[in-house]
Amino acid sequence: MEQSVNYLGLIPLFPLLGAVFIGLLHVFTCNRIKVAEKIYGLLACIGPVLSFVLALKVWVALRAMPEASRLLVYNAFTWFSVGDLHVNMGFLGDPLSCLMLLFVTFVGSLIHIYSIGYMGGDKSYGKFFAYMNLFLGCMIILVLGDGPVVMFIGWEGVGLCSYLLISYYNEDRENVLAGNKAFIVNRIGDLGFVLGMCFLFWGIGASGFDYLSLKANVHNLEPAIALTVCLLLFIGATGKSAQIPLYVWLPDAMAGPTPVSALIHAATMVTAGVYMVARFSFLYAGIEIAGNIIAWVGILTALLAAIFGMFQDDIKKILAYSTVSQLGYMFAGVGVAAYSAGIFHVFTHAFFKALLFLGAGSVIYALHHEQNIWKMGGLKAKMPKTYITMLIGSLALAGCPPFSGFFSKDEILYSALATGHFGIWAIGLLVAGMTAYYTFRMIFVVFHGEPRDVEAYEHAQESPAVMTVPLIILAVGALFAGFLNLPSIFGGDQIISHWLAPSLTEQHAPSSVGLEMFVIAASVIAFAIGIKIAYNRFAHGAAEPSFKGFASFAYHKFYVDELYDRVIVRPYKAIGAVIWNMIEPNVTDAPVKSVSKLYMLLGAAFKILQVGYVRVYAIYMVLGLSIMSLVLSQSLN
Amino acid sequence: MMHSYLYLSIILFCLGIVGIVARRNVFTVFMSVELMLNAANLVFIAFSRMHESMEGHVLAMMVMAVAAAEAALALAVVILLHKHRSKLDTNVFSLLKG
Repeated sequence: MEQSVNYLGLIPLFPLLGAVFIGLLHVFTCNRIKVAEKIYGLLACIGPVLSFVLALKVWVALRAMPEASRLLVYNAFTWFSVGDLHVNMGFLGDPLSCLMLLFVTFVGSLIHIYSIGYMGGDKSYGKFFAYMNLFLGCMIILVLGDGPVVMFIGWEGVGLCSYLLISYYNEDRENVLAGNKAFIVNRIGDLGFVLGMCFLFWGIGASGFDYLSLKANVHNLEPAIALTVCLLLFIGATGKSAQIPLYVWLPDAMAGPTPVSALIHAATMVTAGVYMVARFSFLYAGIEIAGNIIAWVGILTALLAAIFGMFQDDIKKILAYSTVSQLGYMFAGVGVAAYSAGIFHVFTHAFFKALLFLGAGSVIYALHHEQNIWKMGGLKAKMPKTYITMLIGSLALAGCPPFSGFFSKDEILYSALATGHFGIWAIGLLVAGMTAYYTFRMIFVVFHGEPRDVEAYEHAQESPAVMTVPLIILAVGALFAGFLNLPSIFGGDQIISHWLAPSLTEQHAPSSVGLEMFVIAASVIAFAIGIKIAYNRFAHGAAEPSFKGFASFAYHKFYVDELYDRVIVRPYKAIGAVIWNMIEPNVTDAPVKSVSKLYMLLGAAFKILQVGYVRVYAIYMVLGLSIMSLVLSQSLN
Repeated sequence: MMHSYLYLSIILFCLGIVGIVARRNVFTVFMSVELMLNAANLVFIAFSRMHESMEGHVLAMMVMAVAAAEAALALAVVILLHKHRSKLDTNVFSLLKG
């Protein structure tokens, strides 16, 4: 049976307290004395690390319990109760949230440590770490919340923090606009999430609105409402996890400092959507249409982002599109009801994507904030640690056996094919090849060949240990995380799938050795072809290409941003202008303003009487008394 | 006989009103107020005689006492006004003009 433990509530509390404390310290000192960066760095790392330690404790506690009833709960307080609805500030530790929690806090802690080095010398050092801690705290609330409402706190919190951190370099207008874009696009998705919650409550919420009650009562939901709920919640997921049509914010989010990108892409924020779908697997498992829509949206996003990724020249944008693409895989996985495969890919992706971003940050740091890959080259000799760790990350991303990305991606592709989604598998295979191509295009251009900008190359040097040690730890994770879910075909026992089984409602695809061998062979061939093309084109030095035709079209991201601007933003602004100029002054403001005008008129009329001379007031008095006397004498008669 | 007293009193009272309304000198206004008070006193005394009782006399004495106190206050106010504006024209004091 479920067990109540109060340290569950402490896990989100540590980073949140850290955020408050660092924030106050920064606010009260920033104008007078400069607090040493070491103090901020230390304070910032305490919270995430303590949370990680407690997450380990949760894991140990869950392992000690019998497999079918691994549940830890903690009810902090009753948040609100209206009628039959009682919403608790409750936390739920089950295998799914525990797995998420472990890597979120682990990768989050490493990114915090790395930031100590990367952000060195920044003038609002304290502010940065306050936001980072808040970000992590919100993500932990999202993961640990025991129902959709508590999840929504974290859901909104990460949206807010992403806005704060993306526009962190707020002296540049571009960055602030990127932050706005992220926030507004996320709000559109959040509306879907809120509506989904409303429908869910309308459908079955009356008997309890936490996951466990919802799961127990899910059969009460009418199919039509269930489908609506699934799709609305998925709209929320497309916003948070950057899927078609709301993916546009993620590439722009690169405006933030690199550790922020790593945090958004690896540990927090974008994984929220996948986690949410897996969390509601009891709902999604019953509705095949919703699953198909999710899978197709996911795989098409993967394809689109991979196409964009092949033509970018900003190192961070390449990685951003690769994240969108990998998120597409994850949604394809959860869409074909392979929830554990999707979550497993989230897990491995956290390691290699954090690694790649931090590695890219190390390169950017060495080259004094140069992000254009066509100004790099030959950095292999100058930055060996960064090169090797990034190579490991790239191999994992590209899906090279036996790196972690290979196993997780393969499981998704296998699940797609085994459940009869041939189209999704075929596109997935194509995207796998494209992933290998654009990843190694980046590696070859940045690290191989001759230096393109000789002066920058001369000044480049390996980053300090505070930055390279997290890279090495993450590289180890990117190498070996895949073995945690080794499929039975390689003699493994799928630890993660079994671990997650109690939290998820899923039917494992029938195991077929022949089919699995075929999928693996196809993936490896796609990987080899992708890497071969990249090697031929870029390994021996290549000049910056000028794009023509389709390539130019893809380089400009199919003009999607411009299309959104024309179709949505401008009409919206036009409607706003009409309301502002026509409806507001004439309809809403008119009655209010006329009331005040009426009183002004009355005032002007009575003003005439107020002449200010004593004798005139005396006349009024005499007149008044006379009239009173007359009336009185009349009434006496 | 009684009517004559009342007519005289009405005439005095109206003179007082006219003085307050028409004159601009603060002292004249003040004296007009006193005139009205005395008009009232005259009526009190007249009715007192007619009814052969003492209540009217008592009230008249009260009015005179109040008038004396009022005179003391009013003269002080007049001095302050004069200090403030160096003028005794009531039209100068028109702060309440709308």
